[in-house]
Amino acid sequence: MTLQNEPINREQKKDKYCRFKKNGIKYIDYKDANFLLKFVNEQGKLLPRRITGTSLKYQRKVGQAVKRARHLALLPYVTDSLK
Amino acid sequence: MKKQYETVFILTPVLSEAQMKDAVQKFKGIITDGGAKIINDEDWGLKKLAYPIQHKTTGFYHLFEFEAEPSLINKLETEYRRDEKVMRFLTTVLDKHAIVYNERRRKGEFNKPKAEKEEVTS
Repeated sequence: MTLQNEPINREQKKDKYCRFKKNGIKYIDYKDANFLLKFVNEQGKLLPRRITGTSLKYQRKVGQAVKRARHLALLPYVTDSLK
Repeated sequence: MKKQYETVFILTPVLSEAQMKDAVQKFKGIITDGGAKIINDEDWGLKKLAYPIQHKTTGFYHLFEFEAEPSLINKLETEYRRDEKVMRFLTTVLDKHAIVYNERRRKGEFNKPKAEKEEVTS
């Protein structure tokens, strides 16, 4: 009976890190579509920071780069099966 | 005071090779006449668009990277708007990180095999 308040061993808290700070990436290129695909979900929408773990400064750069790529039709505004 | 700019524009696919060439030459001329120095000139050729623009699904992409007076940009963009062969254009100013990145990109540091994937846009 002791199992009732046994904490479920959820996948341990993997601490997220900002991949831009970690790798020293300073500029996010809006022309590099397949790099930007990592920050966009299947519908082509921007992934939130809580999923990607990027810091606010670089999330804004990612947002700007994705919007520029969309303007140049390198990325779709909305789609159903992106990947 | 000169700044570094990068401009990408898409030409309609309906053009013949010659028309496409002289459209690119025309814009190159506008940039060089304005006393700018072209650093990089890339032609991505015919590419599929992610969504149709003006009911067309492909377009000729062309990129210019140049160093110019800020006043030239306005002139360049009115030329883009005036020319109906150009479907879409985007001019961006390059900060110091972007300039470093572009130099590395030109040196071909980024088309390494997937091994250094993280290094893709440092």
